[in-house]
Amino acid sequence: MTDSTVNAISDVKSARKEKFISWINRASGWLDALGFGWVTPLLKMASGDNPREQMAELRRVLIIPVTGIILFVLAWAALAPQVQTSLGTIPGPGQVWEQALNLLDDHVREREKRDAFFVRLEKRNDKLIAEGKADKVRQIAYTGKPTYIDQIFTSLFTVGLGFIFATLVAVPLGIASGLSRTVNGAINPLIQIFKPVSPLAWLPIVTMIVSAVYVDPTSFLPKSLVVSAVTVTLCSLWPTLINTALGVASVDKDLMNVGRVLQLPTYKIITKLVLPSSLPLIFTGLRLSLGVGWMVLIAAEMLAQNPGLGKFVWDEFQNGSSQSLAKIMVAVLTIGLVGFMLDRLMFAVQQAFTFSSSR
Amino acid sequence: MFLIESIQNKIRIILTTVAITLASTSFVIAHTLEIEKEELRLGFIKLTDMAPFAIAYEKGFFEDEGLYVTLEAQANWKVLLDRVITGELDGAHMLAGQPLAATIGYGTKAHIVTPFSMDLNGNGITVSNEVWGLMKKHIPHDKDGNPVHPIKADALKPVIEQFKAEGKSFNLGMVFPVSTQNYELRYWLASGGIHPGYYTPNDASGQLFADAFLSVTPPPQMPITTEAGTIDGYCVGEPWNQQAVFRGIGVPVITDYEIWKNNPEKVFGLTKEFTEKNPNTTIALTKALIRAAKWLDENNNANRSEAVDILSRSEYVGADAEVIAASMTGTFEYEKGDKREVPDFNVFYRHFATYPFYSDAVWYLTQMRRWGQIPEQKSDDWYAAVAKSVYLPDIYLKAARILIEEGHITSADIPWHSDGYKEPTSAFIDGISYDGRAPNAYIDSLSIGLKSNEIVNLSPIAGG
Repeated sequence: MTDSTVNAISDVKSARKEKFISWINRASGWLDALGFGWVTPLLKMASGDNPREQMAELRRVLIIPVTGIILFVLAWAALAPQVQTSLGTIPGPGQVWEQALNLLDDHVREREKRDAFFVRLEKRNDKLIAEGKADKVRQIAYTGKPTYIDQIFTSLFTVGLGFIFATLVAVPLGIASGLSRTVNGAINPLIQIFKPVSPLAWLPIVTMIVSAVYVDPTSFLPKSLVVSAVTVTLCSLWPTLINTALGVASVDKDLMNVGRVLQLPTYKIITKLVLPSSLPLIFTGLRLSLGVGWMVLIAAEMLAQNPGLGKFVWDEFQNGSSQSLAKIMVAVLTIGLVGFMLDRLMFAVQQAFTFSSSR
Repeated sequence: MFLIESIQNKIRIILTTVAITLASTSFVIAHTLEIEKEELRLGFIKLTDMAPFAIAYEKGFFEDEGLYVTLEAQANWKVLLDRVITGELDGAHMLAGQPLAATIGYGTKAHIVTPFSMDLNGNGITVSNEVWGLMKKHIPHDKDGNPVHPIKADALKPVIEQFKAEGKSFNLGMVFPVSTQNYELRYWLASGGIHPGYYTPNDASGQLFADAFLSVTPPPQMPITTEAGTIDGYCVGEPWNQQAVFRGIGVPVITDYEIWKNNPEKVFGLTKEFTEKNPNTTIALTKALIRAAKWLDENNNANRSEAVDILSRSEYVGADAEVIAASMTGTFEYEKGDKREVPDFNVFYRHFATYPFYSDAVWYLTQMRRWGQIPEQKSDDWYAAVAKSVYLPDIYLKAARILIEEGHITSADIPWHSDGYKEPTSAFIDGISYDGRAPNAYIDSLSIGLKSNEIVNLSPIAGG
């Protein structure tokens, strides 16, 4: 091969490598936000970047955290059998893993039962049509129990609903409170009094009100779900409210003066000036609210009997079987993992929508 | 000749047509229950006597009637009752006292009725290991060294005196103020000379003048609170007595079968409004439950192991199968290792267990009066009227008739000619006779407790 071909080949290679590296750099922002920051050094090592530097990075983001987790699991496995309760020993990681698999098996079996149910329903409907009673044909919902996976999704749906209600109430109120000192002075004492109230104290009141007001529940939104969602709203709207008020109040005075000079109407001031500059703090508030909401949800579900993870934990406790403690631990880990993912999701959304130099 | 033959022919034809019409109308009657509400939600508490619900679902008896039932475990008895009242649940597994208390207005007022009795017996009284150790000295033992059963509360009385002398209070748990467990525990204590406390309109704790203090504890927490020493014993359904044995926390001393042989326990409760708006659905539900009850007791409890497997699933009772089997398959374990034959610990169908007898309702009302939940004197007619408005044997008999036509049950299983009152019985641990037709006389015959015309005297007299 001639020198020029070799040069041309190496040029193409380095151009491709440059593109790959710039792509990794762009992606790393997103991967970081979603909690996959440890992928970046691996990719960079794959592209041939200085391995020693990347190893140091890799050690920080992957190896050390994983080591921490492994040490925790080993400590758990060693200490758990030492504690004897009347329900047997505390379950170790092995038993918890076994129960997690059991729950997945249950889910698969329940899906099979459900398919069998719909086959029977079809037969019944066909029979009714054959007898000429086509008006009696009904699509009936499956009557079996919700599986563990169903319960996770119910919890997510409920917390989502509660969170949206909370945002719809807290953000406008926060903006009003931040822009006007009168409004702030009026609602501040109420915020301080209602903020520390626990969800368990709200629950009986919320139950009574929802029972009285929501008289015709749809199958989509049963009463227990609404009660749980409203309890989540009442407990999680405070971080958003306070942070929004703070964010709005600390908008740069120069920007507000510009608005006054240009004689902008109020809604334009809010949408063009106030919101964009207070978004970082609003998002901080939203992240905190979602975290609080997820915690509150589990307690609310236990008492309101909404068929989500909270009810799962309560029912397992009531069962008192030898597998119950392990199943409750599976639920605890699931709750933690889902909470972590929700937080990362909010963080990624925040990254997407804000322009602050101090991320 | 021809005339007679043609007349004979015509008669034959008419008779055959009539026979066919009758046969087809009975077929038609059996299968044209127009279900008003097909999708139903029934609530239950995680105790083994919710079995008729689980069996009716798993064996397809509900679906046979065209009912699509979702069974939902409830957090506690209060939530269950409230949700039936608000309509979130169409019906539920209820304590026999709940429909009665709700209808007379003790607690949330609502007209709750029942067409079906779910079971007889099924409860036990368990005490902590410490109390059992103290009680044993006062219990006669047989030649093999085993305690003689039934163990009367007389053996507990000296233990309570000892606690009082040491300045400790003797605490017992039961599941709900109007629960069968509460009344059975009180009956047993009173029969041994121990005062379990009065209720007054101002004091709903039920501990006035008590020697032993009774309080509400949720069933799953009973073993744990006993271990912690907060309560010294409890009265509850299964699997919580056998759980105590398995975990080494306590010892069951007596089952309610020994306190009152074949006592009524749980009922299937619905709002009166539901039964009026959906009469056919109510009959269909009763039919499915009667079939489930029959299956449970069939062939001398032959199906019980399958029932245990079903109940041990986490969506029903969820306890370990061996713990449930310890009480449902014919034996009951008292002290660890002391298993005795108690084939009727749970009765679902035998002895007319599913028929809602008025006399059962009246017994619970008399106990409510005895302990002050009904604060003043009521006439015998009042007891009869309340029983009639809550227990609905007509719906039960309609359901039973259809089941006989369909061939699912036999005529001998049903007490057709009953007027709703069982014969007077003295199958109680203290031998006192109970006649449902004379409730006030019965209340007067019991030694501890309010008499029929007494009100709680708030200034305690010695011995009051």
